[in-house]
Amino acid sequence: MAMKTSVEKFNDRVDKGLQDSFMRGAVSSAQERFQTRRLGAAEELGNWEEWRSHGEEIRQHVLDNLDYYLFELSENVSKRGGHVYFAQTAEEATSYIQNVVEKKNAKKIVKSKSMVTEEINLNAGLEKLGCEVIETDLGEYILQVGDHEPPSHIVVPALHKNKEQIRDVFKEKQGYKKTEKPEELALHAREKLRQEYLTADVGITGCNFAIAETGSITLVTNEGNADLVAALPKTQITVMGMERLVPTFEEMEVLVSLLTRSAVGQKLTSYITTLTGPKEGGDVDGPEEFHLVIVDNGRSDILGGEFQPILQCIRCAACVNACPVYRHVGGHSYGSIYSGPVGAVLSPLLGGYDDYKELPYASTLCGACTEACPVKIPLHELLHKHRQVIVEKEGRSPVSEKLLMKAFGLGASSPAMYKIGSKMASPVMSPFTNGNKISKGPGPLKAWTEAREFPAPNKERFRDWFKNRPKGGEQS
Amino acid sequence: MNGMIQNRNVFLDKIANRLGRDRKTIVKRPEWAYHPQDEVLKNATQDELVDVLKEQCKNIHTDFVITNTAKLSDSLKEVVNRYGGGPVITWKDERFDQYGLTKLMKEEWPQDGVDLHVWNYTKKEENIEKANVANVGITISDITLAESGTAVLFSSKDKGRTVSFLPATSIIIIPKSSIVPRMTQAARIIREKVKSGEQVASCINFITGPSNSADIEMILVVGVHGPIKATYIVVEDL
Ligand code: SF4
Repeated sequence: MAMKTSVEKFNDRVDKGLQDSFMRGAVSSAQERFQTRRLGAAEELGNWEEWRSHGEEIRQHVLDNLDYYLFELSENVSKRGGHVYFAQTAEEATSYIQNVVEKKNAKKIVKSKSMVTEEINLNAGLEKLGCEVIETDLGEYILQVGDHEPPSHIVVPALHKNKEQIRDVFKEKQGYKKTEKPEELALHAREKLRQEYLTADVGITGCNFAIAETGSITLVTNEGNADLVAALPKTQITVMGMERLVPTFEEMEVLVSLLTRSAVGQKLTSYITTLTGPKEGGDVDGPEEFHLVIVDNGRSDILGGEFQPILQCIRCAACVNACPVYRHVGGHSYGSIYSGPVGAVLSPLLGGYDDYKELPYASTLCGACTEACPVKIPLHELLHKHRQVIVEKEGRSPVSEKLLMKAFGLGASSPAMYKIGSKMASPVMSPFTNGNKISKGPGPLKAWTEAREFPAPNKERFRDWFKNRPKGGEQS
Repeated sequence: MNGMIQNRNVFLDKIANRLGRDRKTIVKRPEWAYHPQDEVLKNATQDELVDVLKEQCKNIHTDFVITNTAKLSDSLKEVVNRYGGGPVITWKDERFDQYGLTKLMKEEWPQDGVDLHVWNYTKKEENIEKANVANVGITISDITLAESGTAVLFSSKDKGRTVSFLPATSIIIIPKSSIVPRMTQAARIIREKVKSGEQVASCINFITGPSNSADIEMILVVGVHGPIKATYIVVEDL
């Protein structure tokens, strides 16, 4: 899968999303659960604002000194016997990995979840060589068995599929005979995948955070699949976006604490693993050969400019879970592997305005994303900047009224949908809202909202906002 | 032998260029303005940390047992029985002997017909085959994080990574002395080792309960790729 997940027009993708009632229900209930868990975890931790500020200062320091830390990282990986390849483009990254795979004469490759490998369309490049590439994250495995469907959520890729559909996919493709109970479906995947780990020639992982001081990579999962991908095949290739690193174990710890709470509301996920180089003399498990591929693919063009803060992102999807527009249209509408507010900022930067010019408009600029972001990326401001760039610098006409209304399924032709849509979209957290701020929330929200005011998703309905916005400009 | 590094200079030059300056060769790790991590469980005693760990085990689907060195052998035997007996796989670790488990491992289990494999790096792949069919994997926590209920395991030639991943169930022995408030302290311990010139282990696992997934309709399933059940046995070693 490339970064671009659909050749359909934005409007058509959104239409599809709006028509898929299971998906819409799944998205809204997932958002609610994620929100509650995230807020609960933040409250339990205490000092959440300070944690966010610390996360922010670490990420900003790393970006400001990125060349230095990447140098240090590569030195330390090399000292431990690992190979490092710096890839400026997707093509360079893919062809390096193809080379390694060919030299190993590899036939079977197991992978753990990695957005950047999706971004560079790695699987297609490997399949071209005749390799079998198996995704091991349960959600991604389901999508892959089901004819390579695109993911609809950064953390829960198969969010749009229900268990009956998953059962049918396994039944049709793999002769699965049991029921749609999640335990049985998961057990089926466990048995299938266990064999794959044990017989794969190469394991490919992503990287949540690399650690410059020790040349380590950190993997964060609940399933433990990344660990088996890294421990069993003889060759390990880790692919990382060039910004995903920290100075030392101490900063890694802080960002992991922010990531797991913001992504799934857990203090830590079940498996957090730091791997350094290939296995050492005498080790039985672990790879004999380790390659780290550091990918630019458009990121350096973001550095030093007004969009630099998006590179602070730790891919937790908290902004996705807070976004009323994502809730309304679903992940596939974005047409990118990066969905939600982070996707709306990042996709046009990495993939260009031609494909993604509508995405910065897929926002009510309510600011819920910015408030949710654990590393304080001013997401809604960046979306606003995109709109300015599109109109002023790119000299494109602003996305038209008709397109906008249609884009959100709010067109005059579908008044019923508009009602449902805006009902779902606006009061995401209605029980606790009071004007524009969430004030005294009960339960988990309470302590937190006492300490700070959390702006509620914009109460102003999209249509009103649209009507009221100053002509020719955007309201922020 | 050092690994190869390719394409580095052009890549890093471009970054420096975008940042509007020359390449940096020295950057001091800053004094951070914020330190929220120091506040968590700040003045907790070792006993309080045990309580926090015990509470947290409820959230992570992990059984919690506390015992002393004299009774550890019985506790371990009991948990293994509860999990349905062998085959059992363990690290090769002298701490098992220090904790008085030699009799159980060398005499009682063989008598009871519980098959035990102790990791032996000279036997190479055979270890992984044993781990793959094992019912129980037993390891010992090097550092334990009370807040999150996490055992930290450092790999080595005697401490195979897969012992905690491939068996159907996992038992982790937790020396009470290994418990610290949170990951902050573990990160500092690891960094101290690095600064004193020690090589960081090729694999450090921070393990928090059994493997799980909520990828199907957000419904929690415990036991996906790794162990399906987990027990921590805390030993009063202080
Ligand atoms: S932009 Fe912020 S909230 Fe969104 S995924 Fe990235 S780090 Fe998480």
